[in-house]
Amino acid sequence: MQKVIKVGMADLKIVSEPDVLTTLGLGSCVGIALYDKVTKIAGLAHIMLPDSSQIKNNQNLAKFADTAINLLVSEMIQKGAGPGRLTAKISGGSQMFSFGSNGSDLMKIGYRNVVATKEILSKLRIPILSEDTGGNYGRTIEFYSENGNLLVKTIGHGVKII
Amino acid sequence: MTFSLEDLNNEHIDVLREVGNIGAGNAATALAKMVQKKIDMDVPIVQILSFEDVAAILGGEEMVVSGIYFQVEGDINGNIMFVLDIASSKVLTGMLMGRDDYSGDLDDMDYSALQEIGNILSGSYISSLNMLTGLKLKLSVPSLCVDMAGAILSVPAIQFSQTGDKVVLIETILKDGNSLVKGNFFLIPDEPSFIILLKSLGVLR
Repeated sequence: MQKVIKVGMADLKIVSEPDVLTTLGLGSCVGIALYDKVTKIAGLAHIMLPDSSQIKNNQNLAKFADTAINLLVSEMIQKGAGPGRLTAKISGGSQMFSFGSNGSDLMKIGYRNVVATKEILSKLRIPILSEDTGGNYGRTIEFYSENGNLLVKTIGHGVKII
Repeated sequence: MTFSLEDLNNEHIDVLREVGNIGAGNAATALAKMVQKKIDMDVPIVQILSFEDVAAILGGEEMVVSGIYFQVEGDINGNIMFVLDIASSKVLTGMLMGRDDYSGDLDDMDYSALQEIGNILSGSYISSLNMLTGLKLKLSVPSLCVDMAGAILSVPAIQFSQTGDKVVLIETILKDGNSLVKGNFFLIPDEPSFIILLKSLGVLR
């Protein structure tokens, strides 16, 4: 039986074949989907902020790009994924509201989340196979452990598999 | 001093509810003038929610909602977000346009009407805050987004997430006869402003 496991905001989960990971209504947050195609172990993190070291209240490791990716990788390896085989797909990081040029830094948080995610993945030598990021609309994603496909659904901006 | 939402006690919540009450009262009056109808309201509900529960109260992360977002500047800094479910958005714009039937899809005129409604409602909240606290506050122009609740709510959630894992929500229900308009109002002061706000309301020393 295929199960669909929901990943909430500031949360991460790991499944193996044939289960599916999903996160609903990604806005400025970023969904980071890691996959080992040999063991078919799939992990998904839903991060809210780029950097844990900039925030005092940083106990929730799944909230930040840096700590969430490190935690996800180590938990996937614990479950049997090969460290050298992990690949990534990322989605989200949009800017839902705009205030012209005088928008605060917080308005660009989606962009900053994507940049931080890419930096950390590159540091860990995890290649990004595909991404669907940016824009000004929300996304629901489904990550399939059987083949590593990431389905991206939107309202008014189509559905795609990346 | 540091203060997080987890430190809010019943007295603080009562005061925030009173802010919501007076704000919603002003908003209902302003709206009634605009649509030239009698608008009733219920006593607002103040809730401190975790991120996971925020979208649930709006009907789930994928439910389409309207979010109207403002920046607040002055003695306190932060943001205000006003969220309406799509049915409430249609009721409000329908009232404003004088329609008999509230079931049609939203068009560009409706979007700009929603921005204007958000402007009036948030302006009412801000002026009630100003009356209660004496703080000087200025609102930016509104920015509107109609999309999945989860995506829209990620914006205030991210702002709250800098200081904790909870969100303060003031839910207001406005009524015109049988048409219910459920508005959710997020007050998102930055961390120092939250302390200034509670101090000026007399509940924090």
